[in-house]
Amino acid sequence: MSAIMRLPRSWTQLSVSERREALAGYLFISPWLVGFVVFFFGPIVASFVLSFTRWNIVGSPQWVGLSNYERIFTQDPFFRKAVTVTLKYAAIYLPLEVIFGILIAVVLNQKLRGIGVFRTMYYMPYIVPKVASSLVWVWVLNPRYGLLNTILGWFGIQGPSWLADPDWVLPSIVMMALWGVGGSAVIYLAGLQNVPTQLYEAAAVDGANRFQQFVRITLPMLTPTIFFQLVLGLIGTFQTFTPAFIAAGRSGGPLQSGLFYMLYIYNRSFESMRMGYGAALAWIMTVFILILTVLVFRSSKYWVYYEAERKRTR
Amino acid sequence: MARTSYLPRLGLRGLRRFNNVTGYTVLMVLAAIFMIPLYWMFSTALKSPQQTFAIPPEWVPAPPQWNNFARVFEEVPFGRFYLNTFFLAFVNIAGHLISVTLVAYGFARLRFPGRNILFLIMLSTLMIPYHVTLVPRFILFSKLGMVNTYWPLILPAFTGSPFLIFLVRQYMMSIPFDLDEAAYIDGANRFDVFWRIILPLTRPALMLVIVFTFIDVWNDFLQPLIYLTDPDKFTVSLGLSFFQGARETNWNLLMAGSVLAMIPPLILFFFAQKQLIGGISVEGLKG
Repeated sequence: MSAIMRLPRSWTQLSVSERREALAGYLFISPWLVGFVVFFFGPIVASFVLSFTRWNIVGSPQWVGLSNYERIFTQDPFFRKAVTVTLKYAAIYLPLEVIFGILIAVVLNQKLRGIGVFRTMYYMPYIVPKVASSLVWVWVLNPRYGLLNTILGWFGIQGPSWLADPDWVLPSIVMMALWGVGGSAVIYLAGLQNVPTQLYEAAAVDGANRFQQFVRITLPMLTPTIFFQLVLGLIGTFQTFTPAFIAAGRSGGPLQSGLFYMLYIYNRSFESMRMGYGAALAWIMTVFILILTVLVFRSSKYWVYYEAERKRTR
Repeated sequence: MARTSYLPRLGLRGLRRFNNVTGYTVLMVLAAIFMIPLYWMFSTALKSPQQTFAIPPEWVPAPPQWNNFARVFEEVPFGRFYLNTFFLAFVNIAGHLISVTLVAYGFARLRFPGRNILFLIMLSTLMIPYHVTLVPRFILFSKLGMVNTYWPLILPAFTGSPFLIFLVRQYMMSIPFDLDEAAYIDGANRFDVFWRIILPLTRPALMLVIVFTFIDVWNDFLQPLIYLTDPDKFTVSLGLSFFQGARETNWNLLMAGSVLAMIPPLILFFFAQKQLIGGISVEGLKG
């Protein structure tokens, strides 16, 4: 296996048949190579250059130097609002996603008859197309005729106006997103089922109760999955668009309380057709996500537990 | 398992019954929370306008207005949206099946200088939000005169998707190399090996490619929103949001439209459930 997998170093060292294989290799991966250059790398470079221009797509771009960035950081209240909204959402949603995802996975991990039916039911909201699920929630959250305020009314609670109230827009969108937590729960479930049973048996012999077992065994063994979900969740949060567009509205809802960053990029680029400004906004987001991702990766050695390390130190 | 420590005190049978009762109770409560919005969607879809705005709300609309579903097709060209989305899904699936398998085969089975670096670059593109490319891509397609056509929603599929390539490549790696060697000795060329040996063995992974691509296309909202302006070309998701803007108060029809929008992915989900849940630990890698 290792002999097969060893790669030739440079073109000149290759024999004729190896060169043929290499050529075939490049040919096979050429669709991706073309796509990478045309749809990814090229656009990224172009977007960087564009971010220093003013351009409404007709006519030719006008070089403005750093002025887009300057305006974004010093004079654009919507930028500040969009960053705040998105970060607030991430700070509320991501921890809840981890907590509920794990709790539901634990519930689904019981050995009970018919558990598959429940797994399907919990997963189903995740399958509903985002536009449809957002619409359903706009209706569920309707202050007067909606389901949620009706149910709250049974308990004598006067529900808020949800998507019409600036203070409740974000919690509403968090709730909408949590409805699809079944998607994450299934991933945590896979993580749970990978925890070796001997660990629990040994703990039980030592007299650990279920709560102790959960905190000392289950959680540490799940940290790689949690880490993974956090990194992806972080990137996903910054790309949240559809629920914001449908539920808060394309301009971001009351007092722009649902102006997610991606929605703002969309508004600037495609509603007011300011391509350069939009590109600058997108670049800021990308750099920001990269920094956050690096920080999460850096922090991982303090809290993520890898099986391989345990074996090495033992 | 965790329960063993309690066994001597409670007795096996009593404990099991206790655990089952609490277990099922929790499961039922959660099921209610997840299903009630879906039920609300479905029951609203069957209401008349008066029933929709009744206080307190009617849980079971009597009589159910089944013709709401027909009315959705009359009020907006929903049939058209359906056909459009199926067409896009079909072409994207075809594009992915061709490009993803070729590229995955190249990365999995052939040796060439720079392979590992290229593979790493491909994986790292998963970590960069593709929205950075949104504006320049739009400019590219608009300069090519492709705005308000399906090309921007189709062409990228023929260059593969890094996530799916990764998935299929992992799968191909698990196929023994002896098979390739034996075929080469029998005089097969590389394409034969790809087409006649590797591809048939990769079928389960290709199922995932189909399912994921379908769900992605069916769900996609931002790209159709940016590129499509002509209502005749709208997808289901885009058409539904358009419907929302035009008929803000017709919640019964909007919910009927939402039900119609979720039916195809739901059917697919029930057919491919085993592959989906099995492939889900891999899906964790998806952006």
